[in-house]
Amino acid sequence: MPLLDRNGAREDGWTRSEGAAVGNIPAVIVPWDSLADALAQQGDGRNIGVLIPNSLAISALAPFLPRLALVAIGFPAYSDGRGFSLARQLRRAGFAGELRASGPLIPDQFAYALACGFDTIELPQANAERQPLEQWLRARDSYSLTYQRGYGTPDRNILDRRRAARAAAAPGPR
Amino acid sequence: MYRYDEFDERFVRERVAQFADQVARRLDGSLSEDEFKPLRLKNGVYLQLHAYMLRIAVPYGTLNARQLRQLALIGERYDRGYGHFTTRTNLQFNWPKLRDIPAILGLLADVEMHCIQTSGNCIRNVTADHFAGVARDEIEDPRPTAELIRQWSSGHPEFSYLPRKFKIAVTGAQEDRAVTRAHDIGLRLRRHPDTQETCYEVSVGGGLGRTPMIGKVVRDYLPKKDLLAYLEAILRVYNLEGRRDNKYKARVKILVHEIGAEEFARRVEAEFARLDGPSINADPEEVARIAAYFAPPAYETLPAVSNTLEAARAANPAFARWVEVNTTAHKVPGYTAVTISLKPAGQAPGDATSAQMRTVADLAERYSLDELRVTHAQNLVLPHVRLRDLPAIWRTLGEAGLAEANIGLVTDIISCPGLDYCALATARSIPIAQAIQQRFADAQRQREIGPLGIKISGCINACGHHHVGHIGILGLEKRGIESYQITLGGDAGENAAIGEILGPGLAAEEVPAAIERIVAVYLAERLEAESFIDAVRRLGLAPFKAAFQEVPRAAA
Repeated sequence: MPLLDRNGAREDGWTRSEGAAVGNIPAVIVPWDSLADALAQQGDGRNIGVLIPNSLAISALAPFLPRLALVAIGFPAYSDGRGFSLARQLRRAGFAGELRASGPLIPDQFAYALACGFDTIELPQANAERQPLEQWLRARDSYSLTYQRGYGTPDRNILDRRRAARAAAAPGPR
Repeated sequence: MYRYDEFDERFVRERVAQFADQVARRLDGSLSEDEFKPLRLKNGVYLQLHAYMLRIAVPYGTLNARQLRQLALIGERYDRGYGHFTTRTNLQFNWPKLRDIPAILGLLADVEMHCIQTSGNCIRNVTADHFAGVARDEIEDPRPTAELIRQWSSGHPEFSYLPRKFKIAVTGAQEDRAVTRAHDIGLRLRRHPDTQETCYEVSVGGGLGRTPMIGKVVRDYLPKKDLLAYLEAILRVYNLEGRRDNKYKARVKILVHEIGAEEFARRVEAEFARLDGPSINADPEEVARIAAYFAPPAYETLPAVSNTLEAARAANPAFARWVEVNTTAHKVPGYTAVTISLKPAGQAPGDATSAQMRTVADLAERYSLDELRVTHAQNLVLPHVRLRDLPAIWRTLGEAGLAEANIGLVTDIISCPGLDYCALATARSIPIAQAIQQRFADAQRQREIGPLGIKISGCINACGHHHVGHIGILGLEKRGIESYQITLGGDAGENAAIGEILGPGLAAEEVPAAIERIVAVYLAERLEAESFIDAVRRLGLAPFKAAFQEVPRAAA
């Protein structure tokens, strides 16, 4: 399935497994139900990732995080926004691997997904064909600045920019 | 009033451009209708019964003259010369064309206005007490909080695809004029008894619709500095755990009801405890920056009594009645707040023509320090009026058909647009309101009845707030015929309550007579100076039910 990151289209180095079988595949994504089995047979130098449903509680996934190189959160529909909150909680829990949104998202959610901590978006083929890459990139850049602190870099945050302007205007120490 | 800085301005302009791009992608087929719908809703564009409807945000009900004139211009140029003020203090145009909407958005941006998040499953336009900054019972002005929330909720990356819509209201007064307990989150500014610091009482899970609920307090005293982090915690719990299997059970009130307010509060507190407040909250300088825009305007030092006003009252009983009914005591001596009724007999509640908007804009500029408010009861307020200017204001309003003296009285009816406009409605609302207004048109009789809030909704979604009407009227459809259910004892204020059903549904033409019977019971039974709602609370439903059963029915 087509894959995007913040810079555009990207090759997918991961293979999907239907079950726990990981064999000699260097990087494999297994379903949540098979994660424990897959980790039990993990070979040296092999990366394991998991696809989780967006109804999963972060507390259930937390014990596995240190051994995971990728977490893909399923988006059953673009209108189901649970994945955005789950991504925030995963990042807060210290997960530093690849965070992937998997499902029929729309370009208007690209910037939101990146702000919530996702690295990549994995789209169904038909969606990617109907909504070409250039629409995603344009939607990504719809807003040059946003209001919410803690969702991305301070230089793109309005409150932080106002704070910086105040600091610059105030007489500083000599 | 708040004024945009360069960042606010840019954000709104970028929203206009984004919407134009979304429309283009819908037209070329990139976006399916299903995908486009929430995008247009989040910009206030509905597809109604006859046409598109555009809902314009009036954040916490605050407008200046220039903004109201721009709304008048839009109404004239792109609609049918009028607009409709709603129970969420927004303005709706019922007849714009889709192709004109980007141009309308541009005109709105020119006057620091927008349609952002006036619909859709996101955090909606925030509302506040319409007498903010003016009321004598105010502890602290709620508008700086409301503006902070407006900014924080605009284009929120995490909370734009919630299970359902999410409404926040703020009040800083003792009397709850913002109906905070009927909101997903209600914030009430109050002083901590020990420290005297102003804090928020936070209630969650209020809402009307088909399952009316009064909000439950989850935090008694939230320090002001923690507001945004606490809101983030509430919204995250809701976003993750709110029901998505059934649209009618998706509001946060259902989650709060199903797991209990204590458990909900526990989950919120657990999430809140994990948040790094300083990285989320607005810093004190930012809060102060916003608050400075709401500093009291430059009032004159005036005597508490105006001889001009007193002479005019003595000379003109109609004027005196209007002053008594339509003005509210002001913090500052010599000033008053004037409520302009958009409920003259026989008109759609909340409608104003472009000419009327211009008249009111002129009055605001000349007599109210260029400020206006929209109330959730669908009226307008001139918040800073010198007492001596009341006669001139009343004359001008009279010439514009806006001098109805009925604020808070039986003809000051809240009504949704109903089946005349709305695609969701099951029955008409506006004609019912008009029939009741005609029935009680006599001004003397209205005054004798005193404060009485009638609220009408044309379907169970309850946009007309019928559940919290002293008398509520709900229009349903039974076997192809409109049927109106009457409830009694609802209250939108600090004693928030949901009304109870009086009996079987009525035909449209039977409704005025039924209201008449209910009022007759009150008049016969009331104690000295006892208001309608107080009498209902004391008497209970029984005497009203008995009278209701005697309403003559057209058909059994």
